[in-house]
Amino acid sequence: MKYAFFLGCTIPARSRNYELSARKVAEKLGIELVDVDAFMCCGFPIKASDHHAAEVMGAYNIALAQREGLDICVLCSSCASQLTEVAHQLSTDVTARKRMNAELSRVGLEVEGGVNVRHLARVLLEEVGAEDLAGQFVKNLSDLKTAVHYGCHYLKPSEIYAGFDAVEDPKSLETLVALTGATVIDYPGKKRCCGGPVLPVDETVALSVAKEKLDDVVEAGANAMCLVCPFCSVMYDGNQKSIESEFETRYGLPVLYLTQILGLAMGFGRKELGLNMNVVKTKDLLSKYFEKE
Amino acid sequence: MEGIQLDRADPDFKKQLAGQPGGEKISACFMCRTCTASCPITAVNDAFNPLRIIRMALYGLKEEVLHSDFIWLCSSCYACQERCPQGVSITEFMTLLKNLAAKAGKMPAGIRAQRDIIKGEGRIYPLDDFDNKKRGKVGLPPIPTSCSMIKNLFPSE
Repeated sequence: MKYAFFLGCTIPARSRNYELSARKVAEKLGIELVDVDAFMCCGFPIKASDHHAAEVMGAYNIALAQREGLDICVLCSSCASQLTEVAHQLSTDVTARKRMNAELSRVGLEVEGGVNVRHLARVLLEEVGAEDLAGQFVKNLSDLKTAVHYGCHYLKPSEIYAGFDAVEDPKSLETLVALTGATVIDYPGKKRCCGGPVLPVDETVALSVAKEKLDDVVEAGANAMCLVCPFCSVMYDGNQKSIESEFETRYGLPVLYLTQILGLAMGFGRKELGLNMNVVKTKDLLSKYFEKE
Repeated sequence: MEGIQLDRADPDFKKQLAGQPGGEKISACFMCRTCTASCPITAVNDAFNPLRIIRMALYGLKEEVLHSDFIWLCSSCYACQERCPQGVSITEFMTLLKNLAAKAGKMPAGIRAQRDIIKGEGRIYPLDDFDNKKRGKVGLPPIPTSCSMIKNLFPSE
């Protein structure tokens, strides 16, 4: 298992806790993640204003991975969607491939179809497998009552994801979290968007969308959220205080990355998993798992 | 909500949209409102209503749609597109509308800023030496602080 490791923009700048915990978990499982210095933004944030530029940026990154002879592993769901969509087009649409290659010729690159793009969660399920993953666990996280948030681009648009998980009844993240012994809490708005892409357009609308989910999750009795996308984290963790003050409410709900939960079960320490960098404090929730520290 | 004014309609708008990715199937819309019922944005602010935007486009209300603030409220979550019984690529259609508006120079300041910084720096959050210092402190490898390739990729920008 060897992948070109595509971090995107948000993770190296704002979600080092996600990157740290993902690298730890991957290493433990023998997944080799190769850093590619020349990677740039996946193109997703520019898609709304310039679809063509977004496509070219996606193709550029895929061409770099292809040059290394590697498939791509991502941590961000927006990167997953953008790169998977372009990879899908490169593999199925000759006209689109010619159009993208005409642009890439300016930087001396050429891209063919055939590069796969995989979110790390998907690699864990499909490549590592539940049994080998659980085989690395040394702690049972039975006190965690976790509400998973799939977000949107981890699964959608479904036509590009070749049958990975079911959009209207997803199971992949619950399956992974349940392996740690944590209780998975179901809740009504599980499939709802975090609102993140609207943040640069209308902050009140974006925060209102995020608030609905926080309300549902707390109401259902969860004591933690589990995420697989750094932008969802910006909404639920980074902006949780803003939501509390804007709507005069209080959650204090720790928001963890999937890789932090899996790493916790593997026995990694608080700082090794970047748990000290989460905005909403995780110390009280997780203290029993770190008695020796 | 105001009524839709048809006297300024551009009958060719529908054809213009149908010829571009995302616009191919909008004429198949039979107004079931599954999109609007599924929309997490409509649920908190009904200024955004996918069914209404599709109808306005089909009626030819080009200026009203492309100069609107509401098209930018789409979060591109694909809830509508996944559920549309007529197979309309609604999310891609919203992206098409945003692209046409942006081409005409009409886009929110935040979206313009994102575009400019990405086309200038190759990243939405450019990294500096201080970031790499923080990365190094926790054992993460450094990331290049500039991306010269972006200028070669988009030379005219």
